[in-house]
Amino acid sequence: MSAISSYARALAVDGGRAFPIATRRHVHIAGEPLVLIPLTMAGEANAPLAAMVGTRRDDPALLIVPQPRNRDLRFAFADELAAVVLRYVEDRTRQGIETYGKNQDPRYLDAPQLLVPNPGGVGFVRLFGRSTRFRRTTGEYAVSPDVPLLGRWLSFLAERAEHPGSSALLPMTSALNLHWATGQSSLEDTNLAATLGWITSGPDAAREAEDPTVWPPAGPSTDPTFDNEILAPALRQWDEGRHERARALLDRDLRTQLEPTWRLMWQAIDLLRALPAGDSVDARWTEDRNEFTSYYMYVNSGGYPQPRRDQAVAAARRLQRLEREQTAFDATLALDDPLVMANYRVTGEAFAGTVVESEPDRKVPGDKGRRVLRPLLVVRSDDPLRLTVGTDVVSPGRRKQVAKILEIDGDRVTLQIEKGMTVAPTPAVGEEITYTSVFPEGMQSPKLPTAEDTPWTHGGPPQPYVASDDDAREVWE
Amino acid sequence: MEPATQARLSQLRGNAPAKRHNARTVAALTGNPGCARRAVLDAAGIDKNALAAQVGFPAKFGQSQFAITRGNSFEAQVKANGYAQLVRMLRETLGLDIEEVGSKDLETVGGNESQELRHIRARQALQAAVEGREPLTFLDHPLLRLDVGGNNVYLEPDLVAFHHDGVLHVVEIKSFAIIDDQADGSKVAAAARQSAVYVLALRRLLGDDRVSHDVVLVCPKDFSNQPTAVKIDVRKQLIILDHQLTRLARIESLVELLPPGVSLDLATHTREELLTTLATMEARYEPSCLNSCEMAYLCRHEAAGCTSALGATVREELGGVETVARALELAAGRAVPSVEENDAAAMLRNTARIYGSVAPA
Amino acid sequence: MTPAFLSEQATLAILDDFRSGQHRGVVVDSPPGAGKSTLVVRAAAELVEDGQRLMIVAQTNEQVDDLTVNLAGRLPGALIGRLSGGSYVRSERLARLANVACDTAVAALTGCAVTIATAAKWAYVKDHSWEWAIVDEAYQMRSDALLAVAPRFERALFVGDPGQLDPFSVVENDRWRGLTWDPMQSAVAGLLRNNPGLPVHRLPVSWRLPSTAQPVIAPAFYPFTGFRTGTGPGERELTYTTTGFGRTPVDRVLATAASSGWGYLELPARHTMRTDGEAVEAVADVARRFLHRGTMARSGDKVEPVTADRIAVGAAHRDQVAALQAALADAPGITVDTANRLQGREYDVTVVLHPLSGRRDATAFHLEAGRLCVLTSRHRQACVVVGRAGIHELLDAHPSVEPVHLHEPVKFPDGWAANQTVMTHLEQHRVPA
Repeated sequence: MSAISSYARALAVDGGRAFPIATRRHVHIAGEPLVLIPLTMAGEANAPLAAMVGTRRDDPALLIVPQPRNRDLRFAFADELAAVVLRYVEDRTRQGIETYGKNQDPRYLDAPQLLVPNPGGVGFVRLFGRSTRFRRTTGEYAVSPDVPLLGRWLSFLAERAEHPGSSALLPMTSALNLHWATGQSSLEDTNLAATLGWITSGPDAAREAEDPTVWPPAGPSTDPTFDNEILAPALRQWDEGRHERARALLDRDLRTQLEPTWRLMWQAIDLLRALPAGDSVDARWTEDRNEFTSYYMYVNSGGYPQPRRDQAVAAARRLQRLEREQTAFDATLALDDPLVMANYRVTGEAFAGTVVESEPDRKVPGDKGRRVLRPLLVVRSDDPLRLTVGTDVVSPGRRKQVAKILEIDGDRVTLQIEKGMTVAPTPAVGEEITYTSVFPEGMQSPKLPTAEDTPWTHGGPPQPYVASDDDAREVWE
Repeated sequence: MEPATQARLSQLRGNAPAKRHNARTVAALTGNPGCARRAVLDAAGIDKNALAAQVGFPAKFGQSQFAITRGNSFEAQVKANGYAQLVRMLRETLGLDIEEVGSKDLETVGGNESQELRHIRARQALQAAVEGREPLTFLDHPLLRLDVGGNNVYLEPDLVAFHHDGVLHVVEIKSFAIIDDQADGSKVAAAARQSAVYVLALRRLLGDDRVSHDVVLVCPKDFSNQPTAVKIDVRKQLIILDHQLTRLARIESLVELLPPGVSLDLATHTREELLTTLATMEARYEPSCLNSCEMAYLCRHEAAGCTSALGATVREELGGVETVARALELAAGRAVPSVEENDAAAMLRNTARIYGSVAPA
Repeated sequence: MTPAFLSEQATLAILDDFRSGQHRGVVVDSPPGAGKSTLVVRAAAELVEDGQRLMIVAQTNEQVDDLTVNLAGRLPGALIGRLSGGSYVRSERLARLANVACDTAVAALTGCAVTIATAAKWAYVKDHSWEWAIVDEAYQMRSDALLAVAPRFERALFVGDPGQLDPFSVVENDRWRGLTWDPMQSAVAGLLRNNPGLPVHRLPVSWRLPSTAQPVIAPAFYPFTGFRTGTGPGERELTYTTTGFGRTPVDRVLATAASSGWGYLELPARHTMRTDGEAVEAVADVARRFLHRGTMARSGDKVEPVTADRIAVGAAHRDQVAALQAALADAPGITVDTANRLQGREYDVTVVLHPLSGRRDATAFHLEAGRLCVLTSRHRQACVVVGRAGIHELLDAHPSVEPVHLHEPVKFPDGWAANQTVMTHLEQHRVPA
């Protein structure tokens, strides 16, 4: 939330439609995303009830669990979902591979992208991954070999979703809310139909979206009235042994619950695709491809399932990485998009204006007595100037050219170019330019000890993971 | 509570029976304590669900029968066979050296016992247990009483207490899962607030040092039906609850603000009359009310066009200006700001100018 | 027992525990101005005098420089190594000291009895380790930062103020909640959860705060341990050399501050922007008035003028600080800063813009106990708080909806409760503007 997005919300209330808060698309939308709408059964711990899933808008698969309290049926569902997800993952690797960097590391040209309706959908993926990745494929409580593999991939995607800037698993509401401000609260924005209603139609559509008989909830929770009046009788059919009848009923009723959201998902994809991609979107997707490639190879070499919780060193390492990525994401968003940069102009961490003076050939005495090139320019700006003298700034079009603020006098800012004189010409008089102190990088993280060297302050070295019978058994009791 | 206030509240409710308080409704007092409408409706024991439906803004949190079934069966499972699973958990998970010596269910047997009598029976049993006069480990369904705004209310006896070393602990059984030692933070918070109500009621009955501020939360473990237990420290919840209960004397001043003779009796008033009466009680709507209060959809409808309906952060970022229309007028420079609006107007004009300079037309 | 005696007893017990070798870690909780730095310097000096070498971890370059100067003075015969990052520019006060060596590489400082650096710098040191370490301002340090430096030492003394602001992250993520090694918690919190048997001492006497602060700051922010002030009633005194006519609210609040150590200048109730122009002016007026009135501070027998550098103005947000700095452009010597940056600092008088002034609602940020604690515990003489009427009502109406995480120790004091306590006290010293 920011002054700009709040103002855009006010405009949306007044104008009866959502207002843009981005001019570029800041998420990657894959050529062939896998759309997944999961539903769970009320009262149970992430027990799947149904899912609509697929890569083509005209061909969704509907998977159902005819009695979600039955563990065997849950794992039959997991097996069916695994067939879809694992085939999708395999298909990504068929798009080809490249090498990069001085070590010529391999990198697949494509990576999986899972799209779910809302943050609850991400939660489902995380928990379903957790409940399937430790399962055994032999002995008592054996499941199909695909099930633990599905668990690893869902866990991988759910972990990626925590990384700022990753597009590997996107909740659609968040993707839309990054680009449009609606005339409702952020809490109401988690309703996909309502958010899309604001973007494509107006407040009436958003209100209608709250009526579960018109727009069934986008999951994972179902509408309680649906549970009581439609689902319960169908499940009773199953419990009483009329399996075919139950399947037929569930197929029909769950399809009605899921299809409206399925259409909304693709409508949202169209909306996002219509926006031109921000300059850094590709670089961030490349990071998703890197991560996909290394995890794919890890899984294929028989790697362990992801641990239940981070150990001390892993936790610290992850936090440091997430912090670096957050800083980089926030900054590149602004540098890629003047409407995002507007947020920093309001808070005074950036200013836009016109170059009124420029001395590209200016030289000053350097450290070693030699005169060094330090171009000077003066920018006149109407923005509130809260940056202080001495601050380093960059401009969206000149990210590698660092300037230092020498003086602020009224609406005039004097800057001296310190680094990267050659990457771009000194801004010329009359040029419109924006400068900001928000940098995409610069945060360094120290090397941490290895897990085996975890110090006493943090509990000492952890016990290494050993798969146990409990792992296989836990969900069945 | 003053008899006059009591009479006004009872008049407000009309002939409908008063809604009984339970730990959840008492805990809700700390949820949005600034809302006068909710405070008055609760104090009068009005059925907010029915009222909201009657005025055309029904609450949207129905309960799925699956959730109810699961909750009941889990609770029954934990208590089955003389609390066998509970004892095992208190020993194993919490490391308590607990001996199972006896238990007592204080649920009404005959059915025609008065609340007062049930409460006395519960008090006697609880006292006997903590004073070691009777070998009781578990006490189920004790009917507790709490002073809420000067009103002695009986709490739905939805709890188990266990006795250990002269101290009682509240056990809260919930059916949400604890997965890898983590659970939904808002659900745990709700459970902690409810337990704090019981702790407070028990402390008023037995003395502070007889009731622990560590309550025991029992939930299903991971994806199984097996229970697991974890201790929760509810000291913070107790501080807040105690403060809000003390403050409830304020109800009197809120009731005084009501026009004389008003009533919200659903049987005798039209929708319009009900809405007119409700309009005299100031609501403090915020979007999170949609998740917790039966009246929220009415309040949201009333708040349409207000910046507060967009959330507290948005309101703040719009300079705290009351309505969206006014904020936009100030932003566009179409209105002359009052002295009080000067700072906000300057900020809004600036935001509007910057937005306008880069937003697509 | 005199405060000096109590303090000495506590210090001896701490040093005993630390040097006994029985514990790998010893924690010292210190209320504001309780002689934390003195303790650190003393512990270090005694080790050096015993022929030991040690490392010291502080959090900011300024803290490192302060400690370096103090240690160099206390140990004239020992070489103090000041390890720094590449961008650090050696301060002048260090350059003047003969027994201080500064370098960016630890290898260049191997001859030093004491090596001091920030936690950030220590995290990059490899292949060197020390038997002894002191970690200063350990409550400001994040647990992951301690993880990075802990392999460098065998045993350590952790010193800090639990009442100050918790460390911060731009990342919001609940995945580590409940783990004893949650990297987002403070270094001390993590240390004690992983090593529950470690001794925790506390310094019992605040030498900075005046006796008038004790009945507010101790119950509000140190509810279980409390502290006492080193000076009693009458030992500190604020006087003004020029007469205020006592008619203006600003002069009246100055009078209240002189007589009670506290002043609460209350502006009429109104919902305002964060950078409330009137409130900012009022804060600036009070700060300026302290200067104009020729304020004198007496502590014991010593009387000194309260010059601009002895006055601080504090606020919660950076934009408020910017507005306050602009309003005080005519009094450049006065420190104007956010709570975060005022941590560990000390002044004669402070003027505080109440974090909840003019607000319609409170967020966790505004209610954080550490923020209010820092703002209201920097003074030796008096603290004047400026705020709009309605703060108490705001607190009363504050919804309690914070999530609760399993296996996570409850943090005390609670910000909401601490705010209530402070507000109740301030209202006794209220001067309507």
